[in-house]
Amino acid sequence: MKVLQAPLNRDDILNLTVGEVVLVNGTVYTGRDAAHQRMATALREGRNLPFDPEGQIIYYTGPSPAPPGRAIGSAGPTTSGRMDAYAPLLIERGLKVMIGKGERNQEVKAAMRKHGAVYLAAVGGAGAYLARRITAATVIAYADLGAEAVYELEVRDFPCIVAIDAYGNDIFDRKEGQGGCHDQT
Amino acid sequence: MRSIWVETVEQAVSQAVVRINTCLPPDIEKALAQALYKETNPAAAHCLQVLLENTQIATEDKVPLCQDTGMVVVHLELGQDVHVKGGSLEEAVNQGVRDGYQRGFLRKSIVQDPFQRINTGDNTPAIIHTRLVEGDQMRLLIAAKGAGSENMGQLAMLKPAAGIDGVKDFILSVVQEAGGNPCPPIIVGVGVGGNMEKVALLAKQAVLREIGRSNPHTAIAAMEAEMLARINALGIGVQGLGGETTALAVHIETYPTHMASLPVAVNLGCHSTRRVTIDL
Repeated sequence: MKVLQAPLNRDDILNLTVGEVVLVNGTVYTGRDAAHQRMATALREGRNLPFDPEGQIIYYTGPSPAPPGRAIGSAGPTTSGRMDAYAPLLIERGLKVMIGKGERNQEVKAAMRKHGAVYLAAVGGAGAYLARRITAATVIAYADLGAEAVYELEVRDFPCIVAIDAYGNDIFDRKEGQGGCHDQT
Repeated sequence: MRSIWVETVEQAVSQAVVRINTCLPPDIEKALAQALYKETNPAAAHCLQVLLENTQIATEDKVPLCQDTGMVVVHLELGQDVHVKGGSLEEAVNQGVRDGYQRGFLRKSIVQDPFQRINTGDNTPAIIHTRLVEGDQMRLLIAAKGAGSENMGQLAMLKPAAGIDGVKDFILSVVQEAGGNPCPPIIVGVGVGGNMEKVALLAKQAVLREIGRSNPHTAIAAMEAEMLARINALGIGVQGLGGETTALAVHIETYPTHMASLPVAVNLGCHSTRRVTIDL
């Protein structure tokens, strides 16, 4: 099983194929609706982002509060489609991996092909399971957003499936009324 | 006249919201295990295994099943011979939510204004549907619904000429459009009839029905079975990754309607549809 750890380069990404299970290790940044909106505004106004996206991994999640003695609360993926409007902006600036759940639109896929990025699916609703794979969590920006703040996470053996690879192969493509991706050649 | 103190309601709601967010209803856990047994797609089987493990870890670690601990919906049946004492019943429900979400380390996901979008900080207000019934009991059906599945629901005011086939097509199109977003395997709650607000409420009640209990009307039960088979033939599968099981159940509730109307609403519940019924 392949292991992905940031910083990643284009070759690391081109090496990944839709459907394969990978493990993510090391640093991952979180961001969801409100954080993406603020990052887009920052870029428009020529200000710095909370982290340099070059070679990095972003995880679409809004964790529940950490109970005493734990690094984080429940922390599964949120619906990635809500970040589609913003994702190309970060991919253009070198973001290599997005982790979330559900489909992405054509603009995101085009940006991924152009710049060499992948989209990984984590198991939606497995927030308690995935929380055990997160060893540290620190808010690095937009603390006022609470669960929607940008966190820097340290993850260990965080399991994901390559859902869309850098060649545009999409695990969610399916013909109506037929079986899923596994039935396609 | 029987008295129920608001503190009793507060405590019941507080305990319920913590429990439902960390313990999956047994009927859903059983349905997930059955789906795993039937699954032929390796990626989907992997996800189902993770989800079953997730239910154990959530209970063990006292960490929510899903980080989206939802908006609380309470279907409250109030016996007309009950006297609620000590304060406001709605405030008691909200105080229970406030207390449970703080105490249980649950995520606070509610924003005060749909445009300003500032978090209320305590996951209130809950959405409360109260119905007066006979007797001296109070029954609360409490659900915590995440937005991933809630956002994929739809409502249509069909023409009566569309008939049962129009309703079936609408159900399929909603599920198809939702794809992997509502965290399949899903529970599909369908309301048919009534009017615009009634049909939405029927769909919400349908999604909370226990898996394994069909609609008591034979014809509607047959329609539930048919729609379950047709939805699973769509091949969306667990998390949208393909495979055998897209839905664990289809529940349909109906109500009389206007001669000019055929309202239909579809509400989708994720694989962690969190609910409990409490009698006070």
